[in-house]
Amino acid sequence: MNKYTPVIGLETHVELKTSSKMFCGCAANYFGKQPNSQTCPVCLGLPGALPVPNKKAIDWCIKISLSLNCKINMFSKFDRKNYFYPDLSKGYQISQYDLPFGHNGHITLSNGNRIRIRRVHMEEDTGKLIHDGEISLIDFNRSGVPLVEIVTEPDFHDAKDVKEYLQKLRQAVRYLDVADADMEKGDMRLEPNISLRDKQQETSNILPNYKVEVKNINSFKFVEKAVNYEIKRQTEILDKNEVPPQETRGWDEIQQKTFSQRSKEDAMDYRYFPEPDIPPITFTDTQIAELKSQIPELPDAKRKRFEAEYKLTEYDAEILTREKNLADYFENTVKVGQDYKINPKQIANTIINKKPNIENILPATLVKIIVKAGQTDAMDEKKLQKVVKEVLTQNTKAVEEYLGGKENALMFLLGQAMKKLGKVDASQVKQLLVKMIK
Amino acid sequence: MSKNKIDVTHISRLANLPLSEDEKKELGSQLEDTLSYIQELNEIDTKNTDPTSQVTGLENVTRDDKPTDSLTQDEALANAKEVHNGLFKVKAILSNE
Repeated sequence: MNKYTPVIGLETHVELKTSSKMFCGCAANYFGKQPNSQTCPVCLGLPGALPVPNKKAIDWCIKISLSLNCKINMFSKFDRKNYFYPDLSKGYQISQYDLPFGHNGHITLSNGNRIRIRRVHMEEDTGKLIHDGEISLIDFNRSGVPLVEIVTEPDFHDAKDVKEYLQKLRQAVRYLDVADADMEKGDMRLEPNISLRDKQQETSNILPNYKVEVKNINSFKFVEKAVNYEIKRQTEILDKNEVPPQETRGWDEIQQKTFSQRSKEDAMDYRYFPEPDIPPITFTDTQIAELKSQIPELPDAKRKRFEAEYKLTEYDAEILTREKNLADYFENTVKVGQDYKINPKQIANTIINKKPNIENILPATLVKIIVKAGQTDAMDEKKLQKVVKEVLTQNTKAVEEYLGGKENALMFLLGQAMKKLGKVDASQVKQLLVKMIK
Repeated sequence: MSKNKIDVTHISRLANLPLSEDEKKELGSQLEDTLSYIQELNEIDTKNTDPTSQVTGLENVTRDDKPTDSLTQDEALANAKEVHNGLFKVKAILSNE
């Protein structure tokens, strides 16, 4: 059907939520702050300023690396990446080149695909540029905020895997409690690079001779759209026996397409060299072991444990472990529930179906609600069945319509049953309706 | 030393320095002289010397994650050529097609 296989790699930038910036003491949380109110000679790049790395940011970068199954460079350093662009006042960005803190890791997706992580390195964020016609405006509050870049090998072949990888990555940094990874605030930025390989060259494993990078996408939905758009666009070019130009593009959400985004500085030649202002960073095995021990149980492990320990389905366990808060809430409720002989499955169902506000409803309160619901259920079970049976025999037409595929008919039947029953759990009645129709 | 011709135009662009043709000629030959001077280092026997990127011998100079005072907005913008609503103002950078 399709002649080409997409070859996709991802660069993801995650801002850490440290209190201070990467190389100076300015506050790192710039969201909603007055422009240029959180700067100093270091992050403004004034001559003579001396950058000193933030210990916590380095530790957190190591934790991210470890949680992505990376190896750690026990001897590491920072490097200067040189280029002229107004979001960088120094004329270079302090980053890491040949000795990133983490390297050679992987993430495994739910379909078993393993995405290799090439490197995890630490750098500083740049200032924020606002483009306005003939001028650009700069806010340096973001300049110097700790930024971790996670680079994969070109192991993705469709947008779906890209999305799942990103969800997993975001989940991991949130579990580690090192980043908010709030896409809308720009805490996490995505740069897929996309090219297509002729299927006839599949076995050769040679990468295509061009690569299109889509920059700074800030939503999972957009990244999916941008990847799919690029696959379509590049297919059309290749079908004409042409090669798509190697370039950087942006995503235009309004027009639903990518567009060429050429910088006036065409030749990118970063001339990395070791940052002379920052002595090298070394780690001992003990330090790495200590950081490893601080890593909480991560989503995949937690999901598997929930399935085994609480006899939950994979589906339920996945929902409950999406966020650490919810997973903790579930487990606390299970603990309280034991005293009332409520099984974990019931608690899982209640949390997933009723979505209680876990900020307001204490686990003990939720248990009480479940106990109470259970009592009325038992009392009314016979009455419930009787009523549902009545409704079904009295409304055969609606039943037929439902069986014919009309979902609305079920809501009608539910309404009829609820009229007779008064205040009861509608979802329970609905379940019974469906069960008895079949 | 193999005398590779230095691409002065490329280097001047990377350094963001607009150079005249005369300057390019002059600086080009100076750069070549500098490089061949540094090349003399190759005569040293470094068989028993570990490679390093620094000479201070320092390691792990870090700071705790404690916020300190920043400059005020006025101080930060004090030397800016042009300012607009608390922001640095420069000529447009991106050329979108």
